[in-house]
Amino acid sequence: MIPYTFNYHRAANLAEAQALFASASEAKFLAGGQTLIPAMKQRLSAPSDLIDIGQLQELSFINERGGTIVIGAGTRHGDVVASACVGNRIPGLAGLAGEIGDPAVRNMGTLGGSLATSDPAADYPAAVLALSAHIVTTKRTIAADDYFLGLFQTALEEGEIITEVSFPLPRRAGYAKFRNPASHYAIVGVFVAQTNAGVRVAVTGAGPCVFRVAEMEEALGRNFDPDSVAGISVTAEDLSSDLHASAEFRAHLVTVMARRAVAAATAR
Amino acid sequence: MPLVSVTVNGERKSANVEDRTLLVYLLRETLGLTGTHIGCDTSQCGACVVHLNGRAVKSCSIFARQADGANVTTIEGLAPDGTLHPVQAAFREHHALQCGFCTPGMIMSAIDIIRRGKANDRDTIRHELGGNFCRCTGYQNIVDAIEAAAKEMPA
Repeated sequence: MIPYTFNYHRAANLAEAQALFASASEAKFLAGGQTLIPAMKQRLSAPSDLIDIGQLQELSFINERGGTIVIGAGTRHGDVVASACVGNRIPGLAGLAGEIGDPAVRNMGTLGGSLATSDPAADYPAAVLALSAHIVTTKRTIAADDYFLGLFQTALEEGEIITEVSFPLPRRAGYAKFRNPASHYAIVGVFVAQTNAGVRVAVTGAGPCVFRVAEMEEALGRNFDPDSVAGISVTAEDLSSDLHASAEFRAHLVTVMARRAVAAATAR
Repeated sequence: MPLVSVTVNGERKSANVEDRTLLVYLLRETLGLTGTHIGCDTSQCGACVVHLNGRAVKSCSIFARQADGANVTTIEGLAPDGTLHPVQAAFREHHALQCGFCTPGMIMSAIDIIRRGKANDRDTIRHELGGNFCRCTGYQNIVDAIEAAAKEMPA
């Protein structure tokens, strides 16, 4: 499959990337390309220009700063998986990264690319929302609660580039997903985080956009145990139906994956 | 058309490509390295796996221009003509191929798995092979071969 024609530009730095973006008519930024390029091959996406920011070393780093883990937007999933820092401090996040796609996809795909695309079945949005992360861009800092707006819709403005994501350290966190066996995208993925500010539960894959489940958060706040969410289900009304799973099945999976995510968090 | 220069299997190669040319087409059609296969073409099956700067990637989901200046290793570059890389030898020894279509991608992924130290137990090998499909379903012997090769190769 061959994409429509476009003009490729490799940016030497963020300033050049923004200038190149501004001078093109229908540009997109290219990071790892593991969602964008398949979409372009299927001709579902047809940018006039691709601005390649995938090789900017300034965007690729992992470090710990004052109670947070900060991950550069250009950091590959494989580097998050291999990071001792993430593995020790937020093992649930390292575990999630290790479940994205497959090793070859993880060697290209980036954290920033996943969040900028905000595919409804992507894994990272669940961790970012549940961990109450902050998304730092070339213009500002956006709280996770204000970032995800809808199907492929985020708070990012035209030409705005994610530079890093700051994850506050949780007390405990875990992720469980029921994956599509071919693509490994989440049919339903649930990330649960217990923090000093309370418990947060974020669901990806089930609906058009990642969302929180307040009733589960309250129950887990009282007792952080898998059984606390066993009797709580979400309505299928707003969930997605496709050839992989009906909305009703997805609703069922939200409860099952939430239980498993809490079990994973408490097992560590 | 723009010029890209890629070091492929140790040799510097330059070619004019369209911006939309995928790395797998540069390898197969321009450079004649047809050992790298196109299977699903949707980045799921892994028949197109090559090493980009030493890491396994799916060459059907990367533009050739992204690889400009990079080192690429394909199945052809693993061992000199007439000899086999230890993973290739293990695949032969363990009958780890039936039709053989998935084999180049399987071997390139297997080397990446072994290098990352993820070939120590069968469950991990199977999980790590999640992005490589064998439609003959000959996974049993593929896992056998990788497990055996890992013992021959330093991680």
